[in-house]
Amino acid sequence: MAQVRVTVDGVNYADDVEPRTLLVHYLRERLGKTGTLVGCDTSNCGACTVHLNGQSVKSCSVLAVQADGGEVLTIEGLARDGKLHPMQEAFNEHHALQCGYCTPGMIMQAVDLLGDNPDPDEREVREGIEGNLCRCTGYQNIVRAVQSAAQKMKPGAAADTPAPASVAGGGN
Amino acid sequence: MTTTAEPTTTPSPEVGKARVRKEDARLITGRTRYTDAITPQGTLHIHVVRSPLAHAKVLGVDKSEAAASPGVIGVYTAADLGVESVGLPCAWPITPDMKAPQRPLLASSTVHFAGEGVAVVVARSAAEARDAADLVDVDYEELEPVLDMEAALAEGATLVHPDLGTNENATWVLDSGEAGTGGRIGDAIAAAEADPDSVVVKRRFRQQRLIPAFMEPRSCVVDPSGEQLTIYAATQVPHILRTMTTVTMGLNESKVRVIAPDVGGGFGGKIGVLPEEMLCVALANKLRRPVKWTETRSESMLAAHHGRDQIQDITITAKRDGTVTGLDVHLLADMGAYLGLVGPGVPILGAFMYNAIYKIPALKFSCTNVFTTKTLTDAYRGAGRPEATFAIERIMDELAVELGRDPMDLRKQNWIPHEEFPFTTVAGLTYDSGNYEQATAQAVEMFDYDGLRREQEERRRNNDPVQLGIGISTFTEMCGIAPSRLLGSLSYGAGGWEAASVRMLATGKVEVTTGASPHGQGHETAFSQIVADQLGVPFEDVEILHGDTQVSPKGLDTYGSRSLVVGGIAVVKAVDKVIAKARKIAAHLLEASEDDLEFADGTFTVRGTDKGKAIQEIAFAAFVAHDYPEDMEPSLDADAVYDPENFSYPHGTHLAAVEIDTETGRVHLRKYVCVDDVGTVINPLIVEGQVHGGLAQGIAQALFEEANYDEQGTLVNGTLVDYTLPSAADLPNFDTAVVSTPATSNPLGVKGVGEAGTIASTPAIVNGVLDALRHLGVRDIEMPTTSQRVWRAIQEAQGRSTQQTPVDTHSPGAGLGSIDPNNPQEEEVQ
Repeated sequence: MAQVRVTVDGVNYADDVEPRTLLVHYLRERLGKTGTLVGCDTSNCGACTVHLNGQSVKSCSVLAVQADGGEVLTIEGLARDGKLHPMQEAFNEHHALQCGYCTPGMIMQAVDLLGDNPDPDEREVREGIEGNLCRCTGYQNIVRAVQSAAQKMKPGAAADTPAPASVAGGGN
Repeated sequence: MTTTAEPTTTPSPEVGKARVRKEDARLITGRTRYTDAITPQGTLHIHVVRSPLAHAKVLGVDKSEAAASPGVIGVYTAADLGVESVGLPCAWPITPDMKAPQRPLLASSTVHFAGEGVAVVVARSAAEARDAADLVDVDYEELEPVLDMEAALAEGATLVHPDLGTNENATWVLDSGEAGTGGRIGDAIAAAEADPDSVVVKRRFRQQRLIPAFMEPRSCVVDPSGEQLTIYAATQVPHILRTMTTVTMGLNESKVRVIAPDVGGGFGGKIGVLPEEMLCVALANKLRRPVKWTETRSESMLAAHHGRDQIQDITITAKRDGTVTGLDVHLLADMGAYLGLVGPGVPILGAFMYNAIYKIPALKFSCTNVFTTKTLTDAYRGAGRPEATFAIERIMDELAVELGRDPMDLRKQNWIPHEEFPFTTVAGLTYDSGNYEQATAQAVEMFDYDGLRREQEERRRNNDPVQLGIGISTFTEMCGIAPSRLLGSLSYGAGGWEAASVRMLATGKVEVTTGASPHGQGHETAFSQIVADQLGVPFEDVEILHGDTQVSPKGLDTYGSRSLVVGGIAVVKAVDKVIAKARKIAAHLLEASEDDLEFADGTFTVRGTDKGKAIQEIAFAAFVAHDYPEDMEPSLDADAVYDPENFSYPHGTHLAAVEIDTETGRVHLRKYVCVDDVGTVINPLIVEGQVHGGLAQGIAQALFEEANYDEQGTLVNGTLVDYTLPSAADLPNFDTAVVSTPATSNPLGVKGVGEAGTIASTPAIVNGVLDALRHLGVRDIEMPTTSQRVWRAIQEAQGRSTQQTPVDTHSPGAGLGSIDPNNPQEEEVQ
């Protein structure tokens, strides 16, 4: 057994885990964070995407022990103080989900994308989320949602939808 | 001049409004629980030991090492569980003499496809079960795989199921000459062959094998802790699963409850009754503990049912002036190793659609279903109708080429003009409504058909390395499955009705139950809109309940674009009954005659007075029951079961502009326009979403996806590396629009939209690819039209030789980036 200390959605955890435990299994089975989903076993689908130390990762390709000392943000921690993140709102407004299974990972990846590129064009959005598969939507409304969220999250955009800085931060 | 203002309190109608979905809140926050997140205390986990071989005798199963593995509760074969004689159900015996093998929960003496279960491990955790499954040692004696449909039907072929004496499951025929719905195809072909002013065009098309690839892997939890055995399942069909579980396992139906929580997509792939589900039932009953199964993606690719996989031999006859005179369809359909719940009927669902939107005087359809040692096939989005649409739309293009006609003009010449509706077709169906001219005119304009044709000419003239193709698909489909009597005439094992209940709560809120079972379609939103309008209550006050056989006890679930067209109408019928009951109480309370009451916007008013009662007030009056008419019960609640009188027939015109780099074979979908007529639109946002997703799947068949087996019968696309679902970067934005000729067969005028995009788009793309290349001598390219296939077709058409590669192998990742054993990199043959 190995020990892992990790902050997930703002809560500190310390657990003994089998060294082979994947981060996604740790999140789901030990912490009950079942909002993060498993869709494949080859790191293709991206359903399990979370943020680890401010960067999006497929939590099926990270060992829980690799997250030791780190900070994990899942879809369940994205809304703050009862207020949805602009990306969550945009997914709803633009009908960017149907069955919802890819959605948590897709939203986490999209938030990360805007951290890297706050104003992506359509092509940049499509390429930025190509590691996340959706079987329902044909992606068009997802692209719309991401671009719409980008506009809302721009500095100086509507005051009631500030970009939570600790959340929007992407790879650096 | 004075005007009378409309009462400002009149709510705008909900139907037609682009409501954002009620469902989303729990999905965008990660709050919901899909089946795999349901783990009652004490749950045991199973992992199935699967055959790596396509066809083999099972000589022995050594469980000892696995049984001793940490956390393992037990390792079981079918014999250990006493389920050797249990067979999974096929609900569609398409002919009286159909050959049906027993489909076991676990193979006992012989495995019939790679991925078939042989034993099951039960352990404390999923990881322990999986670890132990690797330790089960199965001794196999390999048998000859059966992989090619035509070879499987030949004399002396290895038999998948020797006890059946044949690899033929059944042959099903629809003959307009026999049925009296049209002429005899033999006469049409003979006449065309004898007539110098007629043509006969024959083509063979291949519908490759596809994998539905819903994003949520299948999963179930069977909990025996209560009086009822509760089955949570990632299924499209909780009601069918309940009935079929009881029939299959010999249980009392009233002792089984099935719950489909949020389900992560289905596309037909979750309509089955699964061996793993039944194993969990058997094990939960045996061990008296909750038992859970969640498949891995690789297991899903291997063992969840596949779709399509047909060879289509199509003959069309026409006069040289373009008038089509007959259509002969002969199919071979690969069932795989066993029959799925509706597998044998899937090609039959297409039988009535080969004549499509055209006036064709003679039609014969014949389909032979074949057993092979592959994963079984069953419904996949469109189920039979994409195959039909592909065949007719491809052959119309081939006929146009043969006659030197513009393919759109040829279609116009042969389609049913709008003034001839209702129109009874050569297949015996009556199309109630439609306007092909309207949808086509709009699509042609949005697409700039003429402009693109000019550009195409220019590129051809300039010998541009990037050639442009224009692909057309003017499709229709039959959906809203289905009139029960018609299903009966096709020997289907159930009806096609749907059920709904409406309950008026004391506080005026409305609970509606539906027997349809959504898995992403947005029933909760769309049905709320319908009820809000019909009952005159706020959208927010309507709650749609579904997916639990104790909550909505009656239903036939969701598939075949039926939820709105059948289930939605059941809701309307139940609401009608609520209003009729409320009218009686309203008349009683208002001391008026029922005939003097008007019902609008949720309020009964006495005509000519300002006296009125809102439906919520009447609901409360019924609840307290202090004062109500003597000849009725104090309740407004009502149930309805709606059995449709006809299918519905959405249609549309889809146009694709395809650019092909003739030097690399790369296909670039530059523009896609579709105008669909789905009847009345309840929610344009949802309709557009359904069209987008449908298009993506149909385009994926044309361009990207194929499930292939190597010569040993091993699936070579067993992961999402090798089975190439399109990503966002692979698809363009689609230009979609709707027109509406309301269906006349139901009170809402709705037609259904779930499958339209998938059915229509595949031939549009392939017609476009060929249209770009025909002038280079390319006659056909099998799907998926990958860069390699396109490049090869160009090389071959130009008389250039290419490296030998089996054309039936398509495995881009070739097993996680390893060398594809079926695709050796041989020296180029010059």
